[in-house]
This record gives sequence, structure tokens and C-alpha cells, in this order.
Amino acid sequence: MYKYKDLLELKELTADEVNFLLDTAVPMKEVISRPIKKVPTLRGRTVVNLFYENSTRTRSSFELAAKYLSADCINISTSASSVAKGESLYDTARTIQSLGADVIVLRHPMSGAPNLLAKMVKAAVINAGDGAHEHPTQALLDLFTVREHRGEIAGLNVVIVGDILHSRVARSNIWGFTKLGAKVRVCGPPTLMPPGLAQTGAQVFYRLEEALVGADVIIMLRIQKERQQQGLFPGLREYSRLYGLNRERLALARPDVLVMHPGPLNRGLEITHDIADGPAAVIEEQVTNGVAVRMALLYLLTGGGAHSEADY
Amino acid sequence: MPVLREKTRIIDKDGIRRALTRIAHEIIERNKGTDNLVLIGIRRRGVPLARRLAEKIKEIEGSQVPVGVLDITLYRDDLSTLGYQPVVRQTDVNFSIEGKKVVLVDDVLYTGRTIRAAMDAIMDLGRPRNIQLAALIDRGHRELPIRADYVGKNVPTARLELVEVHLVEIDSVDEVLIMEKT
Repeated sequence: MYKYKDLLELKELTADEVNFLLDTAVPMKEVISRPIKKVPTLRGRTVVNLFYENSTRTRSSFELAAKYLSADCINISTSASSVAKGESLYDTARTIQSLGADVIVLRHPMSGAPNLLAKMVKAAVINAGDGAHEHPTQALLDLFTVREHRGEIAGLNVVIVGDILHSRVARSNIWGFTKLGAKVRVCGPPTLMPPGLAQTGAQVFYRLEEALVGADVIIMLRIQKERQQQGLFPGLREYSRLYGLNRERLALARPDVLVMHPGPLNRGLEITHDIADGPAAVIEEQVTNGVAVRMALLYLLTGGGAHSEADY
Repeated sequence: MPVLREKTRIIDKDGIRRALTRIAHEIIERNKGTDNLVLIGIRRRGVPLARRLAEKIKEIEGSQVPVGVLDITLYRDDLSTLGYQPVVRQTDVNFSIEGKKVVLVDDVLYTGRTIRAAMDAIMDLGRPRNIQLAALIDRGHRELPIRADYVGKNVPTARLELVEVHLVEIDSVDEVLIMEKT
């Protein structure tokens, strides 16, 4: 069951709702594995990607998801639109609504912007990353990838490593994995660790070697160089020495560990080449699964709410 | 939801078995054997019916016919008017249908809209040599120019009535009921 108009955050969803989204992505993955990747499901529907921050993979992933379902899709990036002329989010949203959008996919540097937008428009709003708040579709594709490999999320040890403070991917993954019964550990420099993590159920580590013992899943976060101007750690080389994933550290995890990364990779910084291209890495699968998960969402959010097994 | 009341039990366990045996013979006869023949069951109750037909064909001809599973939800023509999204399930056709004779199998043939959706879904998987249709029950009231090649039983019904096919694999009993709204 998915009964909401929008997808704004994983925090507000129940385990059943998250599982339902993941279940719906399974048949979508079959569609994208076909030689002809196209179903007529969302013919005549319009999806608008509204991106106030740069993005390649999330935006193209949503765009392909819409197109595989036969929806029309347009992309608005702020540098090439009226936003650059000073138009407010409110006015941009009203304009997009008047253009006939059924779904608006929003990425915004301010936490909570999608929640605000969702109240202003009738269209379904999907949060494609807002500030340091959440990036729910990234967490859904991570959950989907782990579930495909392990069958079950419950009981797994999931380690999230890096800049937890600035990471919306980390937040959504903490909510998603703990909801489905995994034990989540977060690890990073104390200066990049937000307060209040205990309330989420995540366990905090400052030494990577301790965090990795017995890990089933390792999620390496990208060091966001664009957000590191505040001197929160002494330097990239030190960060890499203390928190980079290499072969010796990987050996501390379970032999069948999955290594994930939301991309784009800083090779040689948070992850070494041989791990990124090694057998434990499922980084490319994550990208494929992202399209399946987003197709499931677009399908479910264009329905209008309730679900039932209809007589047909 | 209106309450449904059982009106008549039109086919029992033996009736379903005999109908499927006859259909299996007809499929073999019409296709002159089982070369290039595949069965595709439409979710949900077309799937166990397709498996049973494949089993009967094996008993008769000694050859195993591939069985696929088709979910037609993504191809429905009423998605924009329903007001809710029906649950999508997986299509599982793990063999090529290119140049094959495809027999679609469903429990009840009614408006024909499911079959239209199923044919579109099949076409997206490849280009079969032909598509044939087997239905356990044909209850009439077609809204599209579609007919079945193999029918278990023709059952004249009123639109307000409902035909329910129960199969052991899903409902733990084999029977076909006509229900009416009370």
C-alpha cells in the first residue's frame, strides 16, 4: 500500500510501505531488462524534473524511468530557466503546474523545499534530494539492491562511512535500513557527525576498523569537496588514510559483503580502484536499480492514492 | 463493496479436468503437434491453468511445452480513470517467443480488454508467429473484436453477475461459480 500524494522522506513511511515500493520495482526491473524497454503505462502523463542543483545520474535516471513508462518528461535546470531571473520556487511551481505536470521531481539545496512544494501544487512531488535532509529514492535503490542480493534486510549489519553531517543519502538510508530491521552503524570524523543520531537507532563509530567488523553492507559516501570549505577535517589525504576503504579494511567485513556508493566516485579518496572495480562492489547495479525504483514510484504516484486488486 | 451471493455452481472438479483435457487435445490437433508451441498464462488464474494444460500436453504427446507468466497491469487501458494504481506483479517469460505459436491462457473471457492488453504485452516481448487464445469460461459481453480459439465452456451471463473460477493452486478447491450481487 502506498497512500500518499508525494514521496518526500523515508522517515514518514512504515516498513510495509517501503516494502511495497520495493515490491513494485521488481516487475519494473523486468521491463528494463527487455530488448525493447517500453511499456505504455503512463501514456499522456507528464513528469517535470526541476533541479536547483547539478545532477547527472539522478536526473537521467528519473528521465529514463518516465520514458520507459511512456510518460512525457521535461527537464528544468535553474541555470537555464526563469529561476536565474529571480523567480521564486512558488511561482516556478505554479507555472509548472499550469503546464500540466502530473509529477514534479525536485532537487533543491534547502532542506524541506519539497515538503513546501508539495503543499503548493496538486501534482505529485518526489524529493530527489533536498539539502542535508533526505534523498529517499537513493535509499530505496540501495535497499532494493541489498534485498536482491540477500533476500532480506532484517538482521544485516549496514555500515555508512563518510560525511554523515552533510549527507542526505546517509539520512535516508538510516531511516530505510533501520525500518526494515537492519542494524545501522555510521562512521566518520567527529566533526562530520551530526548530533542526535542515537534517536534514529544508528550506532556511531569514529574508527573505521571497528565499524567494519562483521559488516554485510558498506555504503561509502562521497566526500563532497564543494561542502568542505569550512575546515572540518585537516585534508583529503588524511581523510583517505583514516576513512578510505581499501583491501585491508574490507577484509574485516564478512566475506560476502556488498560495497555500495551513491556516486560520483572519488577514486583513491574514499574508495580505492581495486575495491570500486572488485567483486564486492555493486555500484553499477545500483544505477540500474535506481531506474526500476523510480519507475515504481512514478507508477504509484500517478494513481491518486488507494490501491486494490481490481476486477478487470 | 456489494455483497456477492453464490447463485450456481456451474462446473466442478471433474468438469474442469475434462474441459482442460479436451482443450489440450484441441491445441495439439490445431497446431499439428507441439513444435514451436508455448503457453503463456495471464495472472493470476491463467497461470495454473497454463501449467495444467502443459502437463496434459506432455501426457498426450510426451513433449514439454514452455510455460510463461504474463502480468498485464502495465498495459491496462483504464489506468488513468481508475483513481488508484493496481498492484503490478512480475512478468516471467524466460524463453524467446520469436517465431513461436503462443497460446494465451486465461480463466474467464469477458470484455476482451485483458486479452487486448495481453497481446500488446506479448508483442513487446518479441514477434510470435501467431497468438491463440484459450479460456476456461467464455461469458460473453465482448467490448472488442476478440474471440477464443479454445473454450472450456460457454456460459451466458447477465452483466450484473460475476463468474468466479476457483483453482486448487490458489483457492484450494476446483470449481466455477456464478455469483450475483445482492
